Amino acid sequence: MGLLSDPNRRRALTNLLTRLNAPICVVCYLAGVMWFMGLAFEPFTLRTYMSENAMGSTMVEEHFPAGERALATGREFAAHKKKVGGMPVNWLVKTMESRGLEVFTQSFTRKLPFPDENKERYLVRGTNVYGILRAPRASRTEALVLTAPCSQGNANNQAVGLLLGLAQYFRSQVYWAKDIIFLVNEHDLIGMQAWLEGYHHTNTTGGDWSPLHGRGGSIQASLSLELSSDVITSLDLVLEGLNGQLPNLDLANLFHAFCQKIGVLCTIQGKLQRNDWESTSGYSHSAQTMMLMVLKQASGRPWGDHGLFLRYHIEAATIRGINSFRQYKTDTTTIGRLLEGMYRKLNNLLERLHQSYFFYLMPSLTRFVSIGYYMPAFGLLAVILLLRVSFHLSDRRGLGVGLTRYPGVLSILTPVVISHMTGVALYCLPVMSQEMAVQHFPVSETEAVVLTAIAIYTAGLALPHNTHRYTLPLVLKLVALLYLAVLLGCTALINFSLGFILALSLVPIAAFITPHTHKPLSAAIMVLLSPGCTLLYCVLIFQELQETPVSLQDGWMLFLSVISQGILDHSLYGSLVYPLLALLIYPCWLLLWNILFWK
Amino acid sequence: MGAEQKFLVCWCACVCVCAQKRLWEGTEVGTNLADGASDNKVDHVHDTMQATDAPPSPPAKDQTQRFAFDERIWEATNVEINLVEDAPPIRDKEADEADHVLDTMQTQDFPPPSTAKDQFQEELVIKPLHSGDIYASFQFRTQWDTDFLEKHKFSHYRLFPKSLGQVISKFSVRELHISFTQGYWRTMQWGQPFLPSPPGAELWVWFQDTVTDVDLAWKELTNVLSGIFCASLNFIDSTNTVQPSASFKPLGVGNVTDQRFLRYAVLPREIVCTENLTPWKKLLPCGSKAGLAVLMKSEKLFHSSFHSQALHIRPVCKDWQCKSTSWELRQTLNVVFDLHTSGQGKREWSLFKMFSRTLTEACPLASSSKVYVDITDNPQGELFELSPATPLVSQAVVLGDGRTYSVYDLTDHATFGQTHSLNVLLRWRAAESGEMLRPLLHGERYVAGYGLQTGEIHTLVYNNHPYRAFPVLLLDTVPWYLRLYIHTLTVTSKGRDNKPSYIHYQPSKDRLQPHLLEMLIQLPPNSVTEVTVQFERALLKWTEYTPDPNHGFYVGSSVISALVPSVVAMDTNNTQERPLFSSFFPCKEESTYFMRIYTEPLLVNLPTPDFSMPYNVICLTCTVVAVGYGSLYNLLTRTFQVEEPSQGLAKRLANIIRRLRGVPLLT
Repeated sequence: MGLLSDPNRRRALTNLLTRLNAPICVVCYLAGVMWFMGLAFEPFTLRTYMSENAMGSTMVEEHFPAGERALATGREFAAHKKKVGGMPVNWLVKTMESRGLEVFTQSFTRKLPFPDENKERYLVRGTNVYGILRAPRASRTEALVLTAPCSQGNANNQAVGLLLGLAQYFRSQVYWAKDIIFLVNEHDLIGMQAWLEGYHHTNTTGGDWSPLHGRGGSIQASLSLELSSDVITSLDLVLEGLNGQLPNLDLANLFHAFCQKIGVLCTIQGKLQRNDWESTSGYSHSAQTMMLMVLKQASGRPWGDHGLFLRYHIEAATIRGINSFRQYKTDTTTIGRLLEGMYRKLNNLLERLHQSYFFYLMPSLTRFVSIGYYMPAFGLLAVILLLRVSFHLSDRRGLGVGLTRYPGVLSILTPVVISHMTGVALYCLPVMSQEMAVQHFPVSETEAVVLTAIAIYTAGLALPHNTHRYTLPLVLKLVALLYLAVLLGCTALINFSLGFILALSLVPIAAFITPHTHKPLSAAIMVLLSPGCTLLYCVLIFQELQETPVSLQDGWMLFLSVISQGILDHSLYGSLVYPLLALLIYPCWLLLWNILFWK
Repeated sequence: MGAEQKFLVCWCACVCVCAQKRLWEGTEVGTNLADGASDNKVDHVHDTMQATDAPPSPPAKDQTQRFAFDERIWEATNVEINLVEDAPPIRDKEADEADHVLDTMQTQDFPPPSTAKDQFQEELVIKPLHSGDIYASFQFRTQWDTDFLEKHKFSHYRLFPKSLGQVISKFSVRELHISFTQGYWRTMQWGQPFLPSPPGAELWVWFQDTVTDVDLAWKELTNVLSGIFCASLNFIDSTNTVQPSASFKPLGVGNVTDQRFLRYAVLPREIVCTENLTPWKKLLPCGSKAGLAVLMKSEKLFHSSFHSQALHIRPVCKDWQCKSTSWELRQTLNVVFDLHTSGQGKREWSLFKMFSRTLTEACPLASSSKVYVDITDNPQGELFELSPATPLVSQAVVLGDGRTYSVYDLTDHATFGQTHSLNVLLRWRAAESGEMLRPLLHGERYVAGYGLQTGEIHTLVYNNHPYRAFPVLLLDTVPWYLRLYIHTLTVTSKGRDNKPSYIHYQPSKDRLQPHLLEMLIQLPPNSVTEVTVQFERALLKWTEYTPDPNHGFYVGSSVISALVPSVVAMDTNNTQERPLFSSFFPCKEESTYFMRIYTEPLLVNLPTPDFSMPYNVICLTCTVVAVGYGSLYNLLTRTFQVEEPSQGLAKRLANIIRRLRGVPLLT
């Protein structure tokens, strides 16, 4: 290790880093992007395999016969739902009781901070109904959950029917070692949140729910079922949960294994598996699948009813039936058999699912990229920030003024505090000032919130230009670089996708912004790469990848609704993406903006 | 302190009353047990009826039943020695052994056998439950007037199992209660069980006050019992043993209530299966070969919703004067059969359907052998049809509720009818069996919170009595690796703080002893009382994890003991059947009854390391230390300076000379 202790070589290394700093940074950036894109290339990824012994070698047989009856129950449920105009609580209680379950209900009330225009709800009242199948000779210590939402309109009636059919069939079996909870939740995630908080007696988001009276011990795994047609062509697996959490990979493996066994088409991100990885289209297919997963994970919102379970360390996934125009159809009996098989295997579990990966990306249902493979992509981007820090420390002429006069740390406090105050305003004001906005402008509450947020975001750009008269841009830049590096590093550890997307847009501007660059051009680039615009690109790319491209106009409307959804997700379920962006990332970007306009 | 002392005293008294009452009930049920002479007569008559032509043989060994079986001849109760001597000559080897035993007995000059009396009773209670399931409860009671503690006095066992007798005498046990349970009793669906037990294995023992080292005796006893019952009782050690101060008082006669002689332990994870049932059955005088025990086929018993087997040994009063004690061994087996899985949805139960066996005879050693069927809800037979019909009806107050039972006396030949077998059949007429009265006392427990750092244990105790408040004793045993924050303990009922009148808390010691928390709480009428306490999850040493650490760690059930106001007393308007003068004040005996319920055990996940990690960590750490730390340490501690080129030899010589001369040196 003479490299660092030998002054000559050290000097050479410093010289190299100083002289070639910009090219090295560019190379790192490109290598990071290349690495990330390479993850979708099949030879570079691993094949999925079942790690959990208890689910692997044990054979189970599926005998569920009553798909037709389940559909009839679903139709009955639909009729009662229409009659009551919501959740048919009494009918569900009676039906579940007649199937030999212990039935309980939970009512909840939730007032949203502002009306949700996508789902048209503001003051939500509802009731969850759940029945517990008590396992014989088990002592109420472990449970599995099967949920189906009671949705508005005609959606998901078949799911409830199948849930009740499975409950009846499961009840007459003797092999259960864990209690099975059959839950029909109203108002999708709000009901689910109420139920989970009631079950675990927590209250993270200030909801109002009645306490639960029946429990089955610690929940080991959960599946949510969404089924809106009598026959389906394929089943889609949804994994992304709150804050980008994912269930154990073995749950996905289990689903895939049973789809293979029973012969059901299965998809992830709505994309079928393809075998032509050598061809360009094959590669782009898996790249698209992976990109979709990255975008969904980065959004930090639960993409199905299962998403909220993950906070409680319960492995959960949503299984969604899709009916497209394909010829080959699968009937409800087959789906029932698939679920029966999955539950029997989960029932065999001796421990919680823990053998396989919790951090992964899936370019297809049979391939995965583990954390060890995708982290270098982020690392290559993050190292740019450190390179720039070392560059500025060694090359003091970089920003024109030497460090001969050391300014106090306090001198940079002003821009830092002002930026963060703007962040706090962005976080608090939209929801708080909605009433005032509605009074003075002809907009609805939701529009008021979103437009206030955008207004504050834009106003932040104009704010702090002349506040840092005595500050040196170099110190500010060093602080901003280190701050960004820490922020992105922490974010990527929790939610890789979010960290990576933010790094893609923020690292270039953080690396190359100086007060001496061409101001209008730099400012334009900075705005184009700001977090808000990144969000807009993500929305457009997401639509593109989902094969539902939108015009710029619709994209803008979608962008607005995504902002409102983000704020709602935060206040309803505790999603952290909105506070992260508003309170940390945006102020950090403002610091960089300050540097650009340093006089 | 006044209130709880009163409660304890009151409760002890009640327990004694209960014990005595049970004894009384027993004497009422079994045909005059106390009266030995007439008993013998009855049994002789009975024997002559049963025994055909085989000669009577002397059942004078502890394995009576074995050769008794061979010869198909039984003597139900006490056999006098002279009677045995009158017996015909014995032919085979076993009989020779028996003879030998007799000889030794005689040489030791035994007391007259009329004092060494033992008797055996068996009964089965079948109770249709409101949920459609069916509850079958076996009880086998062996009573023996002997004193185990005088060691020279007995080496002769007849009905009482020798293995247990030896345990009692060796470890000076005063009372022993052990239960093995698979499943959780669903109070809200099934009502109260006759004998409650927590999931897993439970063992509590009162030692005699002559025992000096109780801990040692306890350790040895658990190991011996572990062998007898094929169970993991040897895992009972100081980390799961407690000495409750109030919750577990002796159930037999005696007045020592010093908790130093009590040990209580629960193993919530114990799996109960056939290997525990077989040794349990072997303790019965007739084994599983005759009497009610023939019904105990393990494949059926374990095809049920709930299975619990227990064994209770205690001293009881010998007679009504209670001048001396005798030992009582009660073996109980409770099982609930599921309507949906074994009944195929049809509400029809029979002995054959439940046990795939029918009854053909009583255990010939039993002085009483009966089958009870609960027909309280079915007085006119409108709810279900019971066949064969029986004229015998018995009434009893069970758990504060008056119940009516149809009785089948198996010692009576007529019970078996033409087919020589009894297959009690219940066939429902109505589809629904009406609403069940909510159990007056009911408990629930769960872990709240998420994450692996802290959590909160919630215990809910329901008092469903409409207008009576009553106190309960709550006992919580929590393993040391859940570090209870006792300052966060709250007790609330009806939204208000409910201050326990008595709290006994023993903090845990890491790796040595668990937390013990006992509280006396007054439950307001018609209320839910919530007891919460927060805890922190400890990080164990890596060798302390079980082989399946991600399964979680068990916390045993809470025990709720209470004197519950009786349902009979609740109904003050019930004057139809009783004369008016008898029904104004609630009858003392029935006004409260003792009840113990268990909550569900908890499964708590502790922070678990990835056990393949140490290898990775070692590799990584070594690399980091070797590469990174070494060079960084060098950089930090060394000072770097440019080395001067070395001077030539001539210059050095010149400098030495100059130094000697005292002139400036050359540079």
